[in-house]
Amino acid sequence: MQLRFEVQGMDFSRAGQAAAKIKKVLQQVGVEPGIVRRAIIVAYEAELNIVIHAYHGTLTASITPRKIEIVAEDEGPGIPDISLAMQEGYSTAPPHIREMGFGAGMGLPNIKKSADDLDIQSEVNKGTRLRAAIFI
Amino acid sequence: MIYGDDLLDREVTSGFGCDLISDSLCYARPGCLLLTGLTNIQIIRLAEMVEARGIVFVRGKRPGPEVIELARQKNLPLLATNMFLFESCGILYQAGLRSS
Repeated sequence: MQLRFEVQGMDFSRAGQAAAKIKKVLQQVGVEPGIVRRAIIVAYEAELNIVIHAYHGTLTASITPRKIEIVAEDEGPGIPDISLAMQEGYSTAPPHIREMGFGAGMGLPNIKKSADDLDIQSEVNKGTRLRAAIFI
Repeated sequence: MIYGDDLLDREVTSGFGCDLISDSLCYARPGCLLLTGLTNIQIIRLAEMVEARGIVFVRGKRPGPEVIELARQKNLPLLATNMFLFESCGILYQAGLRSS
């Protein structure tokens, strides 16, 4: 089963809706709560990364009996140094984003902790593709 | 009480106090009461995601109408206090509520 959502940069009123829908479906198909929790941390952080940093993108969740794969693809500024972005506390989010409770530099580290497999490809001034898998 | 007078008998199983969305997402447990100074709409989406049973806004913060409306749709009670986060959590802890 595949779920695909369009995500708009800076649209904070709708941000998180895609992850919430993915959560509902995972619960409906009977995925264990601990796995749902990890998948949702990945989906929400990836969705919010698009909202905060990119112009627009898509969030896709593919669900099979063996794994949940989340792919976040965006057109945006890209990540110049992925290993730096993976460090806890490193953030490029501006102050007004931080005031909303984001931009603490925990997004990608949390995704890494929650996923069993993670791959990030990024090109500066073009965009980023994040693929994370959680095994069931 | 901002919203949900009729939901006050709802039981919470733990408490979580935080002003960071990412940390709340990772550590808040289902059934918890969320205490926060964040009043933007993402706090409601977060509460839904972590299955929190209510939100207490601290430090005199009050959410806007759009946020209250979303809470109403999600049937999520909203409370508010002028107390700081530390004190609010302390009172609940003394009353027997434990951390997420």
